[in-house]
Amino acid sequence: MTSFSLEFEKPLVELEKRIEDLKEFSLKKGIDLSDEISILEKKADELRKEIFENLTPWQRILIARHPKRPTTLEYIDMIFDEFIELHGDREFGDDGAIVGGIADLGGRAVTVIGTQKGRDTKENIARNFGMPHPEGYRKALRLMKQAEKFRRPIVSFVDVVGAYPGVEAEERGQGIAIARNLVEMARLSTSIVVVITGEGGSGGALAIGVGDKLIMLENAYFSVISPEGCAAILWKDGSRSQEAAEMLKLTAPDLKAQGIIDELLPEPQGAAHKDRMAMARLIRDAVIKALDELSGIPVRRLVERRYARLRRIGKYVVSEMPATEAPMVAAGNEDMHVAPDVADVEGGSDET
Amino acid sequence: MPNFKGIFQGKQKFVTVKAGQVPEEPADGLWTKCRQCAGILYKKELTSNLGVCGDCGFHFRLSARERIAITLDEDSFVEYDEDLLTTDPLGFPGYDTKIEAAKQATGLNEAIITGQGRIDGYPALLGFMDFSFIGASMGSVVGEKVTRLFERAARQKLPVVIFCASGGARMQEGMFSLMQMAKTSAAYGKLSEARVLYISVLTNPTTAGVFASFGSLGDIIIAEPGALIGFTGQRVIEETIRQKLPPGFQTAEFALEHGLIDMIVDRRNIRKTLGSLLSLHGGRREEAG
Ligand SMILES: [Zn+2]
Repeated sequence: MTSFSLEFEKPLVELEKRIEDLKEFSLKKGIDLSDEISILEKKADELRKEIFENLTPWQRILIARHPKRPTTLEYIDMIFDEFIELHGDREFGDDGAIVGGIADLGGRAVTVIGTQKGRDTKENIARNFGMPHPEGYRKALRLMKQAEKFRRPIVSFVDVVGAYPGVEAEERGQGIAIARNLVEMARLSTSIVVVITGEGGSGGALAIGVGDKLIMLENAYFSVISPEGCAAILWKDGSRSQEAAEMLKLTAPDLKAQGIIDELLPEPQGAAHKDRMAMARLIRDAVIKALDELSGIPVRRLVERRYARLRRIGKYVVSEMPATEAPMVAAGNEDMHVAPDVADVEGGSDET
Repeated sequence: MPNFKGIFQGKQKFVTVKAGQVPEEPADGLWTKCRQCAGILYKKELTSNLGVCGDCGFHFRLSARERIAITLDEDSFVEYDEDLLTTDPLGFPGYDTKIEAAKQATGLNEAIITGQGRIDGYPALLGFMDFSFIGASMGSVVGEKVTRLFERAARQKLPVVIFCASGGARMQEGMFSLMQMAKTSAAYGKLSEARVLYISVLTNPTTAGVFASFGSLGDIIIAEPGALIGFTGQRVIEETIRQKLPPGFQTAEFALEHGLIDMIVDRRNIRKTLGSLLSLHGGRREEAG
């Protein structure tokens, strides 16, 4: 397996390699190097702790995008006892960037949906790098409506850079598909647990990200705009993404503090891809716990709670002024204001 | 005849732009240039034509208050929730000053005005977005006002009409902004369950987070001619597919051709169209419009 390491992990990866080499050398030559090895292992532990306990938002984004980070289908395979994949939106096609089906979770039937990145270049091309078209969102909605019909809870896995920015996606109503999912997910008569495992790329992630319980992995992110897009708008300079990542407050700890997510799931040391089974077990336990909790709530109450949960989100102040001051009138100008028609969407995100 | 004449008599108060904001404006300020056909237009004529070029039909962008004036029956509008003010929940650098500047430039508190009024005598709850307020991006206040409008309409069983315009979510409010898409959509769900009519009118431009929430959720979706309508910004699409986009891509006409909207209505006919739709949905005329 060719190893891919992130820039900030490199000192650690080098140290780990040295330890491996020493072990091999010691074994081959029959020389006892256990003292040296244990010193280096201690050093590696410290270094690992130092790196992973002080991750910057940008470093977390790099981890969330790590090519070895487990994908939705890999998690499904590790978490569920059985999974039967279902295909198609019944209207246009089958979008490989969204997967879904019925699964067995410890004796409980659930509907699973999720965005799906490829594990290699070939699969990435087939899955459009995990960026859904409208038919993907419609497939997810079809499966969710099916779950509602058969009173199955829904588990949704989110790991997507964004809805696909393409001509056909627009022609087939990308925005409409997303909006429709938002409406339906808010009122589905069954419980929904959302697990944000990697990238939470704006509206394309939100379109399968509404639920009763939002669980987010420690190094996942969820953002209104990509840091690159934000930097491009603010400074016309996509290379300042690190600064933008800080400003957007998009990490799991940030979003826990903001009340956007309910639960932050710690990752194994060295992040999810270093110990996928351990990560999968943690997710499984958290999902089962959430479903147990939610199954005790009558469906009507559940839907009310979900609405109230969304309803609360937003920060504003209520002015104590009785009314707004009269709008300004430019002296002597009786003409209708004809605003310039130059689109300046600065401040508005035109990202997916 | 619609009662928009008030705007020119100075008795109603309207926001105006500072001189120089209209590009290529001849010095005397009486004339302006059409952005589509480049024809020289006498401003008074353009005004009485509701901001539509008499030669080519190009629809100039309107402010929210201008839109109110040309759409609603005179003096019928009562504003709601104007006391909701924007904060800076993330401490986003420069956001405070940006909001202040937008308030100064537009005389508005935020990118949408909501309230109740009458169209051709038919009462409705209304929203008017204003693109000159930070690209009419949706932050917490826009999301809250739209949500309250839907909730009120569901209670009062009054139809809703929202004139949309937006560059998308307000990135300076981070995830609080993005979640307004889900919040407003959920509120639309309530309205829909109450079987109350919602008409969205998409004006230039309606994109990204607003299009992918309440913008495209209308029971009936109307667009103004030539309006840019879509989810992803064109620059992002071009960078992704590395191709020039076809002419007319993401226009109202494109949206109609692809089945994304119900109809395109010339601004000069919108009162009549809305009045008919409200009437056909059981609206009772309160007063001649
Ligand atoms: Zn013209």
